[in-house]
Amino acid sequence: MKRPSTFLYTVLSFGFAFLYVPIFVVMVYSFNDSRLATVWGGFSTRWYTALLKNQQILDAALLSLEIAVVSATLATLLGTLAGLALNRMGRYRGRTVFTGMIAAPLVMPEVITGLSLLLLFVSLKELIGWPDSRGANTITIAHITFSMAYVAVIVQSRLAAMDQSLEEAAMDLGGRPFAVARDITLPLIAPAMIAGWLLAFTLSLDDLVIASFTSGAGASTLPMVIFSKVKLGITPEVNALATIIIAIVTVGVLIAGWIVLRQRQHGSNRPEAGAPGD
Amino acid sequence: MTVIANPGKRDRLWRTIVISLPYAWLLLFFLAPFAIVFKISFADPLVAQPPFTPFFDWAADSGDRLLATLDNYRFLLEDKLYWVSYLKSIKIAFVSTLLCLLLGFPMAYAIALTPYPWRNFLLLLVILPFWTSFLLRVYAWMIMLGKQGLINNLLVSSGIVDKPLQLLYTDGAVYLGIVYTYVPFMILPLYATLERLDPDVHEVAADLGAHPLQVFRDITLPLARPGIIAGCLLVFIPALGEYVIPALLGGLDSLMIGRTLYDEFFVNRDWPLASAVAVVLLFILILPIMLFQRMQQEVES
Repeated sequence: MKRPSTFLYTVLSFGFAFLYVPIFVVMVYSFNDSRLATVWGGFSTRWYTALLKNQQILDAALLSLEIAVVSATLATLLGTLAGLALNRMGRYRGRTVFTGMIAAPLVMPEVITGLSLLLLFVSLKELIGWPDSRGANTITIAHITFSMAYVAVIVQSRLAAMDQSLEEAAMDLGGRPFAVARDITLPLIAPAMIAGWLLAFTLSLDDLVIASFTSGAGASTLPMVIFSKVKLGITPEVNALATIIIAIVTVGVLIAGWIVLRQRQHGSNRPEAGAPGD
Repeated sequence: MTVIANPGKRDRLWRTIVISLPYAWLLLFFLAPFAIVFKISFADPLVAQPPFTPFFDWAADSGDRLLATLDNYRFLLEDKLYWVSYLKSIKIAFVSTLLCLLLGFPMAYAIALTPYPWRNFLLLLVILPFWTSFLLRVYAWMIMLGKQGLINNLLVSSGIVDKPLQLLYTDGAVYLGIVYTYVPFMILPLYATLERLDPDVHEVAADLGAHPLQVFRDITLPLARPGIIAGCLLVFIPALGEYVIPALLGGLDSLMIGRTLYDEFFVNRDWPLASAVAVVLLFILILPIMLFQRMQQEVES
């Protein structure tokens, strides 16, 4: 077994330092008593208190959470069906277009997705009168659309790595496709669906550009509020907020990572797509 | 229900649902919008002043109102601003992609050669920041690079420079921001191909007298090819239309096309022109996106 050279490990350490130092710096500064972001004024939790009193941020966070839960759930549903359609349904007409529509949202620049969805909503309103207003509803539809592609990729690669003989045996014994999918396939891809849900949830919570395009005048999501604040410069409340979000996400990723690892041990040795583009 | 449905019929129903539900959703909310963008890019900007007057009617009123015009595209061609934006975006996305590859390849390679269970831990370290808020990670560099930022403080206190350097709001900050946020997208597909590398191959090749660089060139690199291409496209395509990074880290002159489009839409409120900008960007991206789709299937298989 060849061991990685010193060079490779040096680059790896440098890379991880590069990835993590800025995150730690934000977390440290969130406990800084001074309003000047870079002058250390002693330990303080005052920005956390200020954050909890900021009604605008709290409202936005609540709205973002609602959108994230609904869109992640529906995206997992549609994405799982899409994953099955990619990997268990054989050939059908328009399959190439379908794979294209799953791959393209993974890389499509957000400004294009956002602009095109907004124009769709505006022209649908003129055409059929729906959606009569833009806000949480249109943002949710937009988020379902791009995150279902990520779920589909995760579910599909789980299906590709899975031994199909169980499903085939069940079919041979007379199981109907829907029953086989429900009783055999579904429990086996459940970990991938959970990982997909978590990813869709995070992506929704994180999205700024597409939400800005598809939102109406009334609704501001958390990233929209954060962006309007940090565009003006460093904001201590945002440091506190960042620390809280990073802490929550870390716990989420550790759970998802644990699920994926467990799933990998149960399945083949082939690693799963723990992330888009894998 | 007392009537048991015909099983054959039910199977077909299940199959129809599985395929057509996500299919219909994507057709309506992903593909159809592009047609509308395309259509509006030919609309007359004057008619389109918000709040959105009915500047385009599908059925009625098409006789004299729907003047398909190439004015928006002519404007794109004539105004230097857009040329500069497109070219600068391509340059920034291309160089950032190369930098991601230079950093990401050794990292992915080192991870692929690390034995379990450490390998899983290192992978988790790559995945973790990329699930963390993108916006907040870009923001973190505002703290690092500012006039009073961590880097300037270190440089000044160690006596390397007399007064703080202008690091934030420069093109350099944009490159840094893109590499920082996109490098995990490079590492993961690279890792997916490199981890299939049989470590014994190196030993055999070395025993046969091959130089390590020769092994790298003739064995490692060809094997990693789909991962390299997939990773590069995963960075290049979204980076080309990036908005948040140039808006927060770039200077006023950092005209990336995503930012130009965003401003055209939200500041100038010229929807047809913004649509034309998007259509041209989409045309630039069609080939890379098709290549990405093919490479993704190759990495998967």
